[in-house]
Amino acid sequence: MSVSLPTRLTPPGRMTPFRAHRIWERNYLVYRRVWKVILTGFFEPVFYLFSIGIGIGELVPEVPGPGGVPIDYTAFVAPALMAASAMNGTVLETTFNIFFRLKFEKTYDGILTTPMSSRDIAIGEIGWALVRGALYSTAFFVVMVAMGLTVSWWSVLTIPGAVLIGFAFGSVGLAATTFMRSWQDFDLVSLVTMPLFLFSTTFYPLDVYPPAIQPLIRLSPLYHGNEMLRAFSLGIFDWTLAGHIAFLLVMGLIGAFVASRRLDGLLRK
Amino acid sequence: MSEPLVQARGLTKKFGDFLAVDAVDFDIAKGEAFGFLGPNGAGKTSTMKMITTVSPITEGKLTVFGLDPTVEGRQIRQRLGVVPQEDNLDMELTVAENLYIYGRYHDMPRADIRRRITELLEFAQLSDRSESPVEPLSGGMKRRLTIARALISDPDLVILDEPTTGLDPQARHLLWDRLYRLKREGATLIITTHYMDEAEQLCDRLVVMDKGKIVAEGSPRQLIAQYAPREVVELRYPEEQMEGIGERLGWLEGGIEVLADRVIVYTDDAEATQHELTIRDIQPEQVLVRRSSLEDVFLKLTGRSLVD
Repeated sequence: MSVSLPTRLTPPGRMTPFRAHRIWERNYLVYRRVWKVILTGFFEPVFYLFSIGIGIGELVPEVPGPGGVPIDYTAFVAPALMAASAMNGTVLETTFNIFFRLKFEKTYDGILTTPMSSRDIAIGEIGWALVRGALYSTAFFVVMVAMGLTVSWWSVLTIPGAVLIGFAFGSVGLAATTFMRSWQDFDLVSLVTMPLFLFSTTFYPLDVYPPAIQPLIRLSPLYHGNEMLRAFSLGIFDWTLAGHIAFLLVMGLIGAFVASRRLDGLLRK
Repeated sequence: MSEPLVQARGLTKKFGDFLAVDAVDFDIAKGEAFGFLGPNGAGKTSTMKMITTVSPITEGKLTVFGLDPTVEGRQIRQRLGVVPQEDNLDMELTVAENLYIYGRYHDMPRADIRRRITELLEFAQLSDRSESPVEPLSGGMKRRLTIARALISDPDLVILDEPTTGLDPQARHLLWDRLYRLKREGATLIITTHYMDEAEQLCDRLVVMDKGKIVAEGSPRQLIAQYAPREVVELRYPEEQMEGIGERLGWLEGGIEVLADRVIVYTDDAEATQHELTIRDIQPEQVLVRRSSLEDVFLKLTGRSLVD
């Protein structure tokens, strides 16, 4: 029996193992047309900063910051708003947008008949959400600098910090999306993100809460995000920072793992 | 025969307790147009999905290009073009972008893709719609775009799952014409269909599937010769006479098939059959004599009509 298979083999090097960036290429094609939508993600935290930071900042001149150092209220609330926008932006991207492509447009079913894999899709979509988040964070950081809310050079670390928050929430958001059956389930998303935004020391420090409640707040991932960005923004570091980073990192990795596994199960039956 | 491009031995797919594909064997050679014919739920799509490596194999053995879909799925998909049963075009992209991004998924250089897009848009008769969003395209246009998308990477094997289902006659004929061209150019095609005429026109060889099993295999001509007598007489009776018609015609030798609106009689001599009917006084309202077709093979093998 002779072998006469086509000789046109894929040249070496073209079978790149990492293909997640193809998803970014796809999303770039989509978003270059709807770039105005992206702007809204920038304005939301800025509006919050203007209204709450400046407004309430007039009434509350100083609050105890990290390590108990008293700081200006606007400087206290700004990094937390950055954290919240990193959470909201990536959650929005990895829940609504992904669900639409997954369940309605069947976009991924088509992509999986190409050399792309479900892991490429999971990593690609989470990564895209982070790229978007990084753009927002950078813009927000510029506003913070312009308003004189950053006192330390360390504050530039708020940008990668916000990306880490995006990773934690985006991964978990994508994992959650794989469990959703209909649009109704998305009400649960805001049911989770809204209280996180309000209670995770976004607007006031942890010690405002009675000691019995405080451990509960510490369970909130956004609390860790807020505290991490505050520490970066003010350049005040202590050992708790490592804990915040580790919490978010582990959360993101678990989310990404679950999301990738679940996507594979949903798409390859 | 050279090594088959696709080979299945005891290929099985289960969804829970449901047996979708039941230990099928087939070989598909390079350059051939191979058909899977069968009613809905026969297991055609499940078989296609295993070949395209998007559905894990439950049992049995399958090789595509001599590779194992379970571990070498990426390498297999690199050389495939897939037209799924339901269009899953990227609705967030334009016509040309749909082709472009699929080229990128296949790691093609941008310049190659651009050249290929021009050719394929022409092939799919969509050149003037290249900047259009996908949504407003007609069903036939979307289908042609999906086929063009499958061809972007110049695949060694093109898999088409019910390529013309749901299209109007004009759109179907245009698509058939495109598929002929592909065939002439030497592409290997796997086509699933429940249209007999489609199988007869496009497939060099086909298998008939029913309830997860392959019930017959051969070229359309062979199948007709093997399973259906030379001629077919279609008898139409008034509605009140249709009841119990099966028993009253039971004496016919070649076999009969009672459908909702008519009775199909298989025979080697249509004239003699008609004569017999006159003698026995079971004259139908209307008679149609024709040569047997693949549809008759299908009805004989699966014992039911293709109502969809």
